[in-house]
Amino acid sequence: MSSTDWPLWEVFVRSRRGLSHTHAGSLHAPDAEMALRNARDLYTRRAEGVSVWVVPSTAITASSPDEKDPFFASAADKPYRHPTFYTIPDGVKHL
Amino acid sequence: MATTVEAGGVREAAFDAAVAADERIEPRDWMPDAYRATLVRQIAQHAHSEIIGIQPEANWITRAPSLRRKAILMAKVQDEAGHGLYLYSAAETLGVGRDELLDKLHTGRQKYSSIFNYPTLTWADVGAIGWLVDGAAITNQVPLCRCSYGPYARAMVRICKEESFHQRQGYELLLALSQGTEAQHAMAQDAVDRWWWPSLMMFGPPDDESSHSAQSMAWKIKRHSNDELRQRFVDICVPQAEALGLTLPDPDLVWNEERGHHDFGPIDWDEFREVLRGNGPCNDERIGRRRRAHEDGAWVREAAAAYAAKHGEAKA
Ligand SMILES: [Fe+2]
Ligand SMILES: [Fe+2]
Repeated sequence: MSSTDWPLWEVFVRSRRGLSHTHAGSLHAPDAEMALRNARDLYTRRAEGVSVWVVPSTAITASSPDEKDPFFASAADKPYRHPTFYTIPDGVKHL
Repeated sequence: MATTVEAGGVREAAFDAAVAADERIEPRDWMPDAYRATLVRQIAQHAHSEIIGIQPEANWITRAPSLRRKAILMAKVQDEAGHGLYLYSAAETLGVGRDELLDKLHTGRQKYSSIFNYPTLTWADVGAIGWLVDGAAITNQVPLCRCSYGPYARAMVRICKEESFHQRQGYELLLALSQGTEAQHAMAQDAVDRWWWPSLMMFGPPDDESSHSAQSMAWKIKRHSNDELRQRFVDICVPQAEALGLTLPDPDLVWNEERGHHDFGPIDWDEFREVLRGNGPCNDERIGRRRRAHEDGAWVREAAAAYAAKHGEAKA
Protein backbone atom coordinates (compact mmCIF):
# COMPACT_ATOMS: atom_id res chain seq x y z
CA MET A 1 0.00 0.00 0.00
CA SER A 2 1.42 3.36 -0.93
CA SER A 3 0.78 6.96 0.03
CA THR A 4 -1.52 7.61 -2.91
CA ASP A 5 -3.87 5.14 -1.31
CA TRP A 6 -4.06 7.59 1.55
CA PRO A 7 -6.95 9.96 1.07
CA LEU A 8 -6.47 13.64 0.42
CA TRP A 9 -7.61 16.06 3.13
CA GLU A 10 -8.34 19.75 2.89
CA VAL A 11 -6.98 21.77 5.80
CA PHE A 12 -8.74 24.81 7.30
CA VAL A 13 -7.04 26.96 9.90
CA ARG A 14 -8.50 29.53 12.29
CA SER A 15 -5.69 32.03 12.70
CA ARG A 16 -7.12 33.80 15.76
CA ARG A 17 -10.14 33.49 17.97
CA GLY A 18 -12.97 35.50 16.47
CA LEU A 19 -12.04 34.69 12.86
CA SER A 20 -13.44 31.97 10.59
CA HIS A 21 -11.41 28.97 9.53
CA THR A 22 -9.89 29.53 6.11
CA HIS A 23 -8.52 27.05 3.62
CA ALA A 24 -4.77 26.61 4.09
CA GLY A 25 -4.01 23.74 1.71
CA SER A 26 -4.21 19.98 1.51
CA LEU A 27 -2.31 16.88 2.52
CA HIS A 28 -2.43 13.09 2.42
CA ALA A 29 -3.03 11.06 5.56
CA PRO A 30 -4.36 7.59 6.35
CA ASP A 31 -6.97 8.79 8.83
CA ALA A 32 -8.46 11.89 10.39
CA GLU A 33 -6.24 11.84 13.45
CA MET A 34 -3.05 11.65 11.38
CA ALA A 35 -4.43 14.32 9.07
CA LEU A 36 -4.83 16.65 12.05
CA ARG A 37 -1.32 16.00 13.29
CA ASN A 38 0.19 16.43 9.86
CA ALA A 39 -1.83 19.61 9.37
CA ARG A 40 -0.42 21.02 12.58
CA ASP A 41 3.14 20.26 11.47
CA LEU A 42 2.62 21.45 7.94
CA TYR A 43 0.45 24.54 8.29
CA THR A 44 1.02 25.92 11.80
CA ARG A 45 4.78 25.78 12.33
CA ARG A 46 4.80 29.47 13.22
CA ALA A 47 1.72 29.69 15.39
CA GLU A 48 -0.49 30.49 12.39
CA GLY A 49 -3.49 28.86 14.02
CA VAL A 50 -5.49 28.26 17.16
CA SER A 51 -7.79 25.66 15.60
CA VAL A 52 -7.56 23.28 12.63
CA TRP A 53 -10.21 21.43 10.65
CA VAL A 54 -9.44 18.58 8.27
CA VAL A 55 -12.05 17.46 5.76
CA PRO A 56 -11.78 14.58 3.28
CA SER A 57 -11.43 16.26 -0.13
CA THR A 58 -14.02 13.86 -1.56
CA ALA A 59 -16.59 15.19 0.93
CA ILE A 60 -16.57 18.58 -0.77
CA THR A 61 -19.19 19.32 -3.40
CA ALA A 62 -18.13 22.22 -5.59
CA SER A 63 -19.89 24.37 -8.15
CA SER A 64 -18.69 23.74 -11.67
CA PRO A 65 -16.43 26.36 -13.23
CA ASP A 66 -18.17 25.77 -16.57
CA GLU A 67 -21.48 26.90 -15.13
CA LYS A 68 -19.91 29.86 -13.39
CA ASP A 69 -21.90 32.41 -15.38
CA PRO A 70 -25.44 30.99 -15.14
CA PHE A 71 -24.84 29.79 -11.57
CA PHE A 72 -23.95 33.22 -10.23
CA ALA A 73 -25.78 35.34 -12.80
CA SER A 74 -28.90 35.94 -10.76
CA ALA A 75 -26.92 37.86 -8.15
CA ALA A 76 -25.30 40.12 -10.71
CA ASP A 77 -28.50 41.81 -11.87
CA LYS A 78 -29.83 42.61 -8.41
CA PRO A 79 -28.03 45.81 -7.48
CA TYR A 80 -30.94 46.66 -5.18
CA ARG A 81 -29.42 44.20 -2.72
CA HIS A 82 -26.69 46.75 -2.05
CA PRO A 83 -27.19 49.82 0.16
CA THR A 84 -25.58 52.08 -2.46
CA PHE A 85 -28.58 51.42 -4.76
CA TYR A 86 -30.76 53.82 -2.75
CA THR A 87 -30.83 57.61 -2.93
CA ILE A 88 -31.20 59.31 0.42
CA PRO A 89 -31.49 63.11 0.82
CA ASP A 90 -28.35 64.91 1.99
CA GLY A 91 -28.24 65.53 5.68
CA VAL A 92 -30.17 62.47 6.74
CA LYS A 93 -28.02 60.71 9.30
CA HIS A 94 -27.54 57.22 10.71
CA LEU A 95 -28.99 55.55 7.62
CA MET B 1 -18.80 17.82 -34.05
CA ALA B 2 -18.94 21.50 -34.91
CA THR B 3 -20.27 22.31 -31.46
CA THR B 4 -17.36 20.57 -29.71
CA VAL B 5 -14.83 22.51 -31.73
CA GLU B 6 -16.74 25.67 -31.00
CA ALA B 7 -16.91 24.92 -27.28
CA GLY B 8 -13.15 24.29 -27.33
CA GLY B 9 -12.60 27.64 -28.99
CA VAL B 10 -14.75 29.43 -26.43
CA ARG B 11 -12.88 27.76 -23.57
CA GLU B 12 -9.52 28.64 -25.03
CA ALA B 13 -10.65 32.23 -25.46
CA ALA B 14 -11.78 32.30 -21.82
CA PHE B 15 -8.39 30.96 -20.73
CA ASP B 16 -6.50 33.51 -22.84
CA ALA B 17 -8.68 36.32 -21.52
CA ALA B 18 -8.16 35.27 -17.90
CA VAL B 19 -4.37 35.17 -18.38
CA ALA B 20 -4.40 38.51 -20.20
CA ALA B 21 -6.45 40.11 -17.41
CA ASP B 22 -3.99 38.79 -14.81
CA GLU B 23 -6.63 36.58 -13.29
CA ARG B 24 -5.66 33.21 -11.86
CA ILE B 25 -6.36 29.87 -13.49
CA GLU B 26 -7.83 27.39 -10.99
CA PRO B 27 -7.65 23.58 -11.04
CA ARG B 28 -11.04 22.86 -12.57
CA ASP B 29 -10.80 25.54 -15.26
CA TRP B 30 -10.12 24.47 -18.81
CA MET B 31 -6.45 24.94 -19.73
CA PRO B 32 -4.31 24.00 -22.74
CA ASP B 33 -2.61 20.61 -22.40
CA ALA B 34 0.80 22.19 -22.87
CA TYR B 35 0.12 24.69 -20.07
CA ARG B 36 -0.79 21.81 -17.76
CA ALA B 37 2.28 19.79 -18.79
CA THR B 38 4.60 22.78 -18.29
CA LEU B 39 3.21 23.39 -14.82
CA VAL B 40 3.48 19.75 -13.81
CA ARG B 41 7.10 19.68 -14.95
CA GLN B 42 8.00 22.92 -13.21
CA ILE B 43 6.11 22.37 -9.95
CA ALA B 44 7.35 18.77 -9.69
CA GLN B 45 10.94 19.87 -10.25
CA HIS B 46 10.45 22.56 -7.65
CA ALA B 47 8.97 20.11 -5.12
CA HIS B 48 11.78 17.62 -5.73
CA SER B 49 14.35 20.40 -5.19
CA GLU B 50 12.86 21.24 -1.82
CA ILE B 51 13.12 17.72 -0.48
CA ILE B 52 16.47 16.84 -2.08
CA GLY B 53 17.80 20.17 -0.79
CA ILE B 54 17.34 18.87 2.74
CA GLN B 55 20.25 16.46 2.31
CA PRO B 56 23.27 18.77 2.04
CA GLU B 57 22.11 20.77 5.05
CA ALA B 58 20.92 17.86 7.18
CA ASN B 59 24.47 16.58 6.77
CA TRP B 60 25.49 19.17 9.40
CA ILE B 61 22.68 18.91 11.95
CA THR B 62 24.55 16.57 14.29
CA ARG B 63 27.69 18.70 14.02
CA ALA B 64 26.16 22.15 14.46
CA PRO B 65 28.50 24.15 16.73
CA SER B 66 25.84 25.16 19.27
CA LEU B 67 22.38 24.21 20.41
CA ARG B 68 21.08 27.49 18.97
CA ARG B 69 22.51 26.72 15.54
CA LYS B 70 21.24 23.17 15.71
CA ALA B 71 17.69 24.23 16.53
CA ILE B 72 17.78 26.79 13.70
CA LEU B 73 19.06 24.27 11.19
CA MET B 74 16.43 21.70 12.15
CA ALA B 75 13.71 24.32 11.79
CA LYS B 76 15.01 25.25 8.35
CA VAL B 77 15.17 21.64 7.21
CA GLN B 78 11.64 21.07 8.49
CA ASP B 79 10.50 24.11 6.50
CA GLU B 80 12.07 22.69 3.33
CA ALA B 81 10.16 19.43 3.84
CA GLY B 82 7.00 21.52 4.24
CA HIS B 83 7.77 23.42 1.03
CA GLY B 84 8.04 20.11 -0.78
CA LEU B 85 4.63 19.11 0.53
CA TYR B 86 2.94 22.40 -0.43
CA LEU B 87 4.32 22.00 -3.93
CA TYR B 88 3.42 18.33 -4.34
CA SER B 89 -0.13 19.28 -3.36
CA ALA B 90 -0.13 22.05 -5.96
CA ALA B 91 1.09 19.61 -8.62
CA GLU B 92 -1.61 17.12 -7.66
CA THR B 93 -4.33 19.67 -8.45
CA LEU B 94 -3.23 19.21 -12.08
CA GLY B 95 -4.17 15.54 -12.02
CA VAL B 96 -0.89 13.79 -11.23
CA GLY B 97 -0.46 11.47 -8.23
CA ARG B 98 2.04 11.86 -5.43
CA ASP B 99 3.52 8.41 -5.98
CA GLU B 100 3.88 9.04 -9.67
CA LEU B 101 5.88 12.19 -8.94
CA LEU B 102 8.14 10.48 -6.40
CA ASP B 103 8.65 7.59 -8.76
CA LYS B 104 9.74 9.97 -11.52
CA LEU B 105 12.20 11.60 -9.14
CA HIS B 106 13.60 8.25 -8.04
CA THR B 107 14.05 7.05 -11.60
CA GLY B 108 15.53 10.29 -12.90
CA ARG B 109 12.61 11.09 -15.21
CA GLN B 110 12.03 14.38 -13.42
CA LYS B 111 14.80 16.67 -12.28
CA TYR B 112 15.62 18.73 -9.22
CA SER B 113 17.80 21.80 -9.00
CA SER B 114 21.44 21.05 -9.89
CA ILE B 115 22.68 23.11 -6.97
CA PHE B 116 21.96 20.25 -4.57
CA ASN B 117 24.47 18.04 -6.32
CA TYR B 118 27.31 19.98 -4.69
CA PRO B 119 28.70 18.77 -1.35
CA THR B 120 28.64 20.63 1.99
CA LEU B 121 32.27 20.27 3.02
CA THR B 122 32.38 22.57 6.04
CA TRP B 123 30.04 24.20 8.54
CA ALA B 124 30.41 27.47 6.62
CA ASP B 125 28.63 25.82 3.69
CA VAL B 126 25.43 25.88 5.75
CA GLY B 127 25.80 29.66 5.90
CA ALA B 128 26.65 29.97 2.21
CA ILE B 129 23.61 27.88 1.29
CA GLY B 130 21.30 30.03 3.41
CA TRP B 131 22.67 33.28 2.04
CA LEU B 132 23.28 32.38 -1.60
CA VAL B 133 21.17 29.33 -2.46
CA ASP B 134 18.09 30.39 -0.51
CA GLY B 135 18.79 33.94 -1.66
CA ALA B 136 18.78 32.91 -5.32
CA ALA B 137 15.68 30.81 -4.71
CA ILE B 138 13.89 33.81 -3.19
CA THR B 139 14.82 35.98 -6.18
CA ASN B 140 13.31 33.31 -8.42
CA GLN B 141 10.28 32.67 -6.25
CA VAL B 142 8.99 36.12 -5.37
CA PRO B 143 7.69 36.70 -8.93
CA LEU B 144 6.14 33.21 -8.85
CA CYS B 145 3.75 34.45 -6.15
CA ARG B 146 1.97 36.14 -9.10
CA CYS B 147 2.09 33.07 -11.34
CA SER B 148 -1.08 32.57 -13.40
CA TYR B 149 -1.83 29.17 -11.85
CA GLY B 150 -3.61 29.76 -8.53
CA PRO B 151 -2.46 26.77 -6.45
CA TYR B 152 1.20 27.30 -7.44
CA ALA B 153 1.01 31.01 -6.68
CA ARG B 154 -0.56 30.35 -3.27
CA ALA B 155 2.10 27.77 -2.39
CA MET B 156 4.76 30.30 -3.35
CA VAL B 157 3.29 32.99 -1.09
CA ARG B 158 3.53 30.63 1.86
CA ILE B 159 7.05 29.54 0.88
CA CYS B 160 8.37 33.06 0.37
CA LYS B 161 7.18 34.09 3.84
CA GLU B 162 9.24 31.26 5.32
CA GLU B 163 12.31 31.70 3.13
CA SER B 164 13.44 35.03 4.52
CA PHE B 165 14.42 33.40 7.81
CA HIS B 166 16.45 30.86 5.82
CA GLN B 167 18.45 33.54 4.13
CA ARG B 168 18.98 35.62 7.23
CA GLN B 169 20.17 32.73 9.39
CA GLY B 170 22.72 31.85 6.71
CA TYR B 171 23.92 35.41 6.47
CA GLU B 172 24.24 35.72 10.24
CA LEU B 173 26.15 32.43 10.38
CA LEU B 174 28.63 33.63 7.74
CA LEU B 175 29.00 36.97 9.48
CA ALA B 176 29.90 35.25 12.75
CA LEU B 177 32.55 33.20 10.97
CA SER B 178 33.84 36.12 8.93
CA GLN B 179 34.35 38.16 12.09
CA GLY B 180 35.79 35.22 14.03
CA THR B 181 39.29 33.79 14.01
CA GLU B 182 41.45 33.82 10.93
CA ALA B 183 40.65 30.17 10.29
CA GLN B 184 36.90 30.81 10.62
CA HIS B 185 37.12 33.75 8.24
CA ALA B 186 38.99 31.60 5.73
CA MET B 187 36.37 28.88 6.05
CA ALA B 188 33.59 31.38 5.31
CA GLN B 189 35.47 32.73 2.29
CA ASP B 190 36.11 29.26 0.95
CA ALA B 191 32.41 28.39 1.20
CA VAL B 192 31.40 31.55 -0.67
CA ASP B 193 34.06 30.83 -3.30
CA ARG B 194 32.56 27.41 -3.94
CA TRP B 195 28.84 28.35 -3.83
CA TRP B 196 28.87 31.61 -5.76
CA TRP B 197 28.98 30.29 -9.31
CA PRO B 198 26.60 27.36 -8.81
CA SER B 199 24.16 29.85 -7.24
CA LEU B 200 24.26 31.98 -10.39
CA MET B 201 23.52 28.85 -12.43
CA MET B 202 20.32 28.35 -10.42
CA PHE B 203 18.61 30.93 -12.64
CA GLY B 204 18.93 28.58 -15.58
CA PRO B 205 20.57 28.93 -18.99
CA PRO B 206 21.01 32.33 -20.64
CA ASP B 207 17.87 33.73 -22.24
CA ASP B 208 18.93 32.96 -25.81
CA GLU B 209 19.33 29.27 -24.93
CA SER B 210 16.37 28.82 -22.61
CA SER B 211 13.93 26.60 -24.43
CA HIS B 212 10.75 27.03 -22.37
CA SER B 213 11.09 30.66 -21.36
CA ALA B 214 9.12 32.52 -24.02
CA GLN B 215 6.01 30.36 -23.75
CA SER B 216 6.13 30.43 -19.95
CA MET B 217 6.31 34.21 -20.02
CA ALA B 218 3.35 34.38 -22.41
CA TRP B 219 1.35 32.18 -20.03
CA LYS B 220 2.49 34.35 -17.08
CA ILE B 221 3.90 31.33 -15.32
CA LYS B 222 7.20 33.19 -15.47
CA ARG B 223 7.36 36.96 -15.09
CA HIS B 224 11.04 37.71 -15.67
CA SER B 225 13.73 36.15 -17.81
CA ASN B 226 16.58 34.05 -16.40
CA ASP B 227 19.19 36.70 -17.14
CA GLU B 228 17.08 39.46 -15.64
CA LEU B 229 16.70 37.58 -12.35
CA ARG B 230 20.38 36.59 -12.32
CA GLN B 231 21.36 40.24 -12.73
CA ARG B 232 19.02 41.26 -9.92
CA PHE B 233 20.61 38.66 -7.65
CA VAL B 234 24.17 39.77 -8.43
CA ASP B 235 23.27 43.39 -7.73
CA ILE B 236 21.71 42.42 -4.39
CA CYS B 237 24.66 40.26 -3.32
CA VAL B 238 27.55 42.64 -3.96
CA PRO B 239 26.84 45.05 -1.06
CA GLN B 240 25.82 42.11 1.15
CA ALA B 241 29.21 40.48 0.55
CA GLU B 242 30.94 43.74 1.42
CA ALA B 243 29.06 43.95 4.71
CA LEU B 244 30.16 40.39 5.43
CA GLY B 245 33.79 41.30 4.81
CA LEU B 246 33.98 38.56 2.16
CA THR B 247 34.75 38.73 -1.54
CA LEU B 248 32.87 37.19 -4.44
CA PRO B 249 35.13 35.00 -6.58
CA ASP B 250 34.80 36.91 -9.84
CA PRO B 251 37.61 39.22 -11.03
CA ASP B 252 35.29 40.69 -13.67
CA LEU B 253 32.66 41.78 -11.17
CA VAL B 254 32.43 45.56 -11.49
CA TRP B 255 29.78 48.25 -11.28
CA ASN B 256 28.70 49.50 -14.68
CA GLU B 257 27.55 53.07 -14.28
CA GLU B 258 25.98 53.17 -17.72
CA ARG B 259 23.82 50.06 -17.25
CA GLY B 260 23.15 50.74 -13.59
CA HIS B 261 24.08 47.14 -12.88
CA HIS B 262 27.13 45.07 -12.05
CA ASP B 263 28.93 43.39 -14.90
CA PHE B 264 30.10 39.91 -14.09
CA GLY B 265 32.29 37.23 -15.63
CA PRO B 266 31.23 34.34 -17.86
CA ILE B 267 29.46 31.38 -16.28
CA ASP B 268 30.84 27.90 -16.91
CA TRP B 269 27.82 26.41 -18.66
CA ASP B 270 29.73 23.23 -19.45
CA GLU B 271 29.88 22.54 -15.73
CA PHE B 272 26.15 23.25 -15.46
CA ARG B 273 25.33 20.81 -18.26
CA GLU B 274 27.59 18.14 -16.78
CA VAL B 275 25.88 18.36 -13.39
CA LEU B 276 22.49 18.36 -15.12
CA ARG B 277 23.52 15.25 -17.03
CA GLY B 278 24.13 13.48 -13.73
CA ASN B 279 27.89 13.98 -13.45
CA GLY B 280 27.95 16.42 -10.55
CA PRO B 281 29.86 15.59 -7.37
CA CYS B 282 26.81 14.20 -5.51
CA ASN B 283 24.10 13.22 -8.03
CA ASP B 284 24.18 9.49 -7.28
CA GLU B 285 24.47 10.02 -3.56
CA ARG B 286 21.42 12.33 -3.45
CA ILE B 287 19.12 10.06 -5.41
CA GLY B 288 20.41 6.93 -3.68
CA ARG B 289 19.75 8.45 -0.29
CA ARG B 290 16.31 9.62 -1.35
CA ARG B 291 15.35 6.17 -2.66
CA ARG B 292 16.59 4.46 0.50
CA ALA B 293 14.64 6.86 2.70
CA HIS B 294 11.51 6.10 0.70
CA GLU B 295 12.03 2.34 0.88
CA ASP B 296 12.95 2.43 4.56
CA GLY B 297 9.76 4.35 5.28
CA ALA B 298 7.52 1.84 3.50
CA TRP B 299 6.68 -0.12 6.66
CA VAL B 300 5.59 3.08 8.42
CA ARG B 301 3.23 3.96 5.59
CA GLU B 302 1.90 0.42 5.54
CA ALA B 303 1.39 0.34 9.31
CA ALA B 304 -0.47 3.64 9.29
CA ALA B 305 -2.71 2.50 6.46
CA ALA B 306 -3.38 -0.82 8.21
CA TYR B 307 -4.28 0.98 11.42
CA ALA B 308 -6.63 3.31 9.55
CA ALA B 309 -8.27 0.38 7.75
CA LYS B 310 -8.77 -1.51 10.98
CA HIS B 311 -10.42 1.45 12.65
CA GLY B 312 -12.53 2.07 9.58
CA GLU B 313 -11.57 5.68 9.33
CA ALA B 314 -10.12 5.86 5.85
CA LYS B 315 -13.55 6.16 4.34
CA ALA B 316 -12.61 9.16 2.24
FE1 LIG C 1 12.38 26.06 0.44
FE1 LIG D 1 14.79 27.66 2.05
